[in-house]
Amino acid sequence: MAENNASFVRHELIKEQVPPVSQRGVVKWVSENLISSPFNVIMTLLSLWIIYSIIVNSAPWFINGIWDAKSVRECYDILDGVSGACFAVLKERFPQLIYGFKYPSTEYWRPNIAVVLLLAALAPVLFRKLPQQLLGFSAIYPFLAYWLIWGGTPLVAVIAFLGLAFGIYCFRRFSARSFAFGVIIAVIAASFFWVLGGYLSEANETFLALEAVPSRDMGGLMLNLLLGTIACSISIPLGIVLALGRQSNMPIIKWICVIFIEFIRGVPLITLLFVANVILAFFFPPDTSIDLILRVIIMMTFFNSAYIAEVVRGGLAALPTGQYEAANSLGLDYAQSMRLIILPQALKISIPGIVNVSVGMLKDTTLVSIISMFDLVGMIRGPILATSEWNGVYWELFGCAAAIFFVICFSISKYSQWLERQLETSNR
Amino acid sequence: MSTPISTERETFRLSMLLNDKRYRSYTFQFFALLVLICIIAYLGKNLVENLAKAGLNISYGFLEDPAGYDINQRLIEYNSQSSHLRAAFVGVLNTLLVAFLGCVMATVLGVTAGILRLSNNWIVAKLMTIYVEIFRNVPILIWILIISSIFMGVLPQPRAFRGENPEATMLWDMFAFTGRGIYTPGPIFFEGSLVVIGTFLLSIVSIFAFRRYARRKLYSEGKVIKTSWISLLLFFIPTIMMFYALGSPIGLEYPELKGFNFKGGIYARGSLISLWFALSIYTGAFIAEVVRAGIQSVDKGQTEAAAALGLRSNFIMNLVILPQALRVIIPPMISFYLNITKNSSLALAVGYMDITSTLGGITLNQTGRAIEAVLLLMLFYLAISLSISAVMNVYNRSIMLKER
Repeated sequence: MAENNASFVRHELIKEQVPPVSQRGVVKWVSENLISSPFNVIMTLLSLWIIYSIIVNSAPWFINGIWDAKSVRECYDILDGVSGACFAVLKERFPQLIYGFKYPSTEYWRPNIAVVLLLAALAPVLFRKLPQQLLGFSAIYPFLAYWLIWGGTPLVAVIAFLGLAFGIYCFRRFSARSFAFGVIIAVIAASFFWVLGGYLSEANETFLALEAVPSRDMGGLMLNLLLGTIACSISIPLGIVLALGRQSNMPIIKWICVIFIEFIRGVPLITLLFVANVILAFFFPPDTSIDLILRVIIMMTFFNSAYIAEVVRGGLAALPTGQYEAANSLGLDYAQSMRLIILPQALKISIPGIVNVSVGMLKDTTLVSIISMFDLVGMIRGPILATSEWNGVYWELFGCAAAIFFVICFSISKYSQWLERQLETSNR
Repeated sequence: MSTPISTERETFRLSMLLNDKRYRSYTFQFFALLVLICIIAYLGKNLVENLAKAGLNISYGFLEDPAGYDINQRLIEYNSQSSHLRAAFVGVLNTLLVAFLGCVMATVLGVTAGILRLSNNWIVAKLMTIYVEIFRNVPILIWILIISSIFMGVLPQPRAFRGENPEATMLWDMFAFTGRGIYTPGPIFFEGSLVVIGTFLLSIVSIFAFRRYARRKLYSEGKVIKTSWISLLLFFIPTIMMFYALGSPIGLEYPELKGFNFKGGIYARGSLISLWFALSIYTGAFIAEVVRAGIQSVDKGQTEAAAALGLRSNFIMNLVILPQALRVIIPPMISFYLNITKNSSLALAVGYMDITSTLGGITLNQTGRAIEAVLLLMLFYLAISLSISAVMNVYNRSIMLKER
């Protein structure tokens, strides 16, 4: 019997060796990502050159920027031939950029509070993890914001809110018997309340009144945000209704919706703003004057709702027919099946699209500067660049406007991506 | 025994209009129509009253009147004595011009950026991400204004080209980049130029015919005919021969500095160039996203399967990935083209004379015919959108068929 005592059998593993230098750490990353092929080397060098030239050209401009000057002449005098920005214009005209040039400067705190409260009102809508009782505040917010921004007596806003609440209460009460009956009663009740309240608020115009600011005095970034928020918040429900109408099997209702949506989507926003500016007044009763901002809001809401309707229609079409059939087989009527089964799923699919459309709307509010309203861009092109002090400081002003919009729109689109991940419930 | 089913016809009662599902939709539609008619009648009544009060009427006679304003960038003959209709037509052509140029450049930029975003080169991919995010999240109007102020501020004025030691010189004595616009050589056509152009078109047709012939030969007999060299020869030789045989009937006209400005050649105004660049860079960022999503939507297994078949990497891209990605890419691409056309109405902000600036701008302000002018303007854009979406529907249907 041969004794097997081969001593070369190892009983423990050899220690793992460190990978060669070319296969680890920075060297591996660089060789894989930056210089894997001659073409890649060229691209890397090209990009580095682009980054370098941007930095070299813009860094001194930023670093030498002048923050304290009375006019562009003074800026150039201080700079003395060196390349540099004249940020002084942003500092000096800051209130104009934000609030427009007519909003009374003693009342700037009102829009400020309105924006802070807007964030508070949006929070429970945007983040479902917050306590949902906060939604009550979101419901009150539009009326509060109206009072804060436009001023006047709070009675108008209070009565509008109470009338709405009364209408909804009546609807809840009577809709059990019949949907149509509930709606009719609610509308009558609310209108009755508003007419009565109208007399009350006219009689007490000075009660707790803030200084009233007419719409034409709104301007600057405030106007952009105002138009964007109002148009978006009204157009989302309107868009959903239009989308449902387009899906309807009642031909007349379907065609009304189709013609509306396709007409609005077929023309540029600027022509709709022309309509708001010069034509819409012809369609209101004679001797009424509806101010421009309201006419613009009407047209922007129509515009946005047509696009939202298309997005929602995409969401509705993406649902499998089985969902509709399941809702029917449970014996739900149209309103119930839409509210409980179809819309929650369809809206979930359409959230990214709705957010994209809304971001687009916010960006498009700058177009009102073309019909000579003084929003952020309108302020820059009109009252600021036209003055002799700041004539010619394009870069700083447009750069600032671009940066403001970038921050707002980029964060909204990041939020929508986050929400999409949150709502992802499938197992994929 | 079977119990007979009652075949008694149900009688129609009025309450069924509200309670019976079969008739309820008629009720709803009737009321919807009624409300719609009431709204239209109300708006129409207001319109008529307001017009009567302002002493206006609706008439399109103003289109025949002389316009009385100049259009500095035009593709067809026009002077200030021409009618408003002709001014509008010049505007239509200018809109189509900038939209076409914008679509071409946006596609090139967008496809390049979209592919580069997927590059495994980290710096390039990040750079392209920054481009896409920056341009997508800032309003196009701001981009148009920024680019036009770069244009006016950075490029030299024509007077800088004058004198013994000019501050600026023309590129190869052919191109002049000035703050007022770009001057390039333009073709001049003499007698016989039509023959040369005809020859050129014929040779292109024959290239296609030849390629088709070669493909049929390949499929039926398995013979490979080299097409590239012969196509290249067909493209150049007949045209060049005809060109010299007829004694150079097409010449180039160079822009020349005369007095304070350049004369001759093709002149693209600064407003056209800045609008064109802004539209294409902005829309290019959106197209880049779509292209990236399209390429990523093709399953990785497709690439692997193609590689397993032994295809080379450029064949994998051309024959396997792109045809599938295009199905995802093209529908949104067409709506971006539509967006470029609609956004070109922002020409108003930089003073480019497109249809919105002529018909909806100066003509409207001069004649006061707001309703007519805006209506015509909307109809024009509507016609373009509807025809493009009709084309898109045809395309969508054609790729749907191939799917099954």
